[in-house]
Amino acid sequence: MSAISREDLVHLAQLAHIEMSDAELDKMTGELDAIVGAIASVSEVASSDIPATSHPIPLTNVLREDVVGQTLSIDEVLLNAPDSDSDRFKVPAILDGE
Amino acid sequence: MNELIKLSAAELAAKLRAGEVTSVEAVQAHLDRIAEVDGTLNAFLHVNAEEALAVAAEVDAIRAAGGAEAEALHPLAGVPIAIKDLIVTKGQPTTAASKMLDGWMSPYDATVIEKIRAAKLPMLGKTNLDEFAMGSSTEHSAYGVTRNPWDLGRIPGGSGGGSAAAVAAFEAPLALGTDTGGSIRQPGAVTGTVGVKPTYGAVSRYGAIAMASSLDQIGPVSRTVLDSALLQELIGGHDPKDSTSLPQDLEGLVAAAQTGAAGDLTGVRVGVIKELQGEGYQEGVQARFNESLELLKNAGAEIVEVSCPNFKYALGAYYLIMPSEVSSNLAKFDGVRFGQRVLPTEGPLTIERVMAATRAAGFGDEVKRRIILGTYALSAGYYDAYYGSAQKVRTLIQRDFDAAFEQADVLISPTAPTVAFELGANDNDPVAMYLNDVATIPANLAGVPGITVPGGLSEGLPVGIQFLAPAYEDARLYRAGAALETLLEKQWGRTLISQAPAIDTASIAQEA
Repeated sequence: MSAISREDLVHLAQLAHIEMSDAELDKMTGELDAIVGAIASVSEVASSDIPATSHPIPLTNVLREDVVGQTLSIDEVLLNAPDSDSDRFKVPAILDGE
Repeated sequence: MNELIKLSAAELAAKLRAGEVTSVEAVQAHLDRIAEVDGTLNAFLHVNAEEALAVAAEVDAIRAAGGAEAEALHPLAGVPIAIKDLIVTKGQPTTAASKMLDGWMSPYDATVIEKIRAAKLPMLGKTNLDEFAMGSSTEHSAYGVTRNPWDLGRIPGGSGGGSAAAVAAFEAPLALGTDTGGSIRQPGAVTGTVGVKPTYGAVSRYGAIAMASSLDQIGPVSRTVLDSALLQELIGGHDPKDSTSLPQDLEGLVAAAQTGAAGDLTGVRVGVIKELQGEGYQEGVQARFNESLELLKNAGAEIVEVSCPNFKYALGAYYLIMPSEVSSNLAKFDGVRFGQRVLPTEGPLTIERVMAATRAAGFGDEVKRRIILGTYALSAGYYDAYYGSAQKVRTLIQRDFDAAFEQADVLISPTAPTVAFELGANDNDPVAMYLNDVATIPANLAGVPGITVPGGLSEGLPVGIQFLAPAYEDARLYRAGAALETLLEKQWGRTLISQAPAIDTASIAQEA
């Protein structure tokens, strides 16, 4: 399996919404390479006839009555908001440009 | 040192019931201990003195008044407890040891906290951890490292190093932890304490800040096996707010610990996992492990060797599945609805750029590594090779457990391959750090329960012995764990924790 190049890492950091400095990118490229090398062995044993397990204890979907349960007040919700304006979260521009 | 803090939770509870001590005295004794040693250890991120004393006073008043209300008190009422700061609490900050949540106040309580409040256990405060529970040393906390009470230059394990150190240093008789790949058991091993990862779903995860949802589990941290059983019975049970919560209650945990404490394991088959010993395990760890096996054999247990050939792929599968779930779970920290918001220093101010700046400033290195690794494992072109393969390995590991439990009632291994390492030893080698969890990870992948009990010392540092049981059979852990605890303490003539050195508070500068 291919290693992660610095260019790959730049792309991954964009996907993950994490701004990274050049120094961070350099350091992490090497670290991720070592980690991926250590974990790549999983594909050795994963043949096509083995079913995948997504969850340790199989449980079927859980449903509940369609009634209002515990809710939070608007004040409680906005208590931890970085910025708000008249009962709403306030965010910077969603779209770039004019 | 006030002798009250040396009591186990069960002993303290008995004294409270008998009216020999008050809960206020017990809580104050632990707060005094925290004031004395925590400037050195840094096990607590927040101390909840006022509320803890108020709850203690309430319990004392109910007991003093007597009658039906006093009789209805939970057996652990008035016994103080510490809470890992990954579990949300009203009235106390919850940080997950991340700058991202600095100052965040949860608007709701986790289900386990609701249960603790209902049973009236005074909460002493919130304990330190690796940021978002990602690490094996508590060195990745944004609020400073926690030191191991046995040796202040060494790690207390992780991610729940704060809870384990608090209990080991007599700052609390009980604590809550969370275990995703060993975060309760490995700190227990290196601090000479007891910790249990229950069967997946046996304890509600509602209000535990999610790291890897298919692996995370809340569980008890204590100094004795019986205390962990008491705590698991309190916090366990079905919770409609957690859709992965088991429908049934697991019963008989305390009874199993009491049975085990007789030290008789006649007819119990103990399976030694061939792959979790030998190479990579320190000599002293292996020696203590072998001695424990001898004791179990002498107590009537049948020792059998079992092979779990796919366990060698467990670490790889874990470091694909866990980061994948991390990358998804931590996407919510975007600087919009809660947590920090950091504005980029230059260029246009758009939400995308604010998110990237916020996450750059709010997350530490290990969290970033895991988010990026998970993003990679889930990305187009790699999904089948990595995430898909890891899920298949998970099936193979479950099959290994199924086969092993045909031959044995419980399985046994060292909890961690080494004793506590020195602070900073693995700073630049994430892969070496990950190897600490090699013996604990298989249980999380398969959802089965595990316990660590103190197994003795190597080079003056604690060694942990791990038992594993089939899913839903947590009671077996408490029986086997309590039996080994009894057998070892009989041999030593005292508990392991009583051999811990006094904490030299003068040697480490008090941290701000």
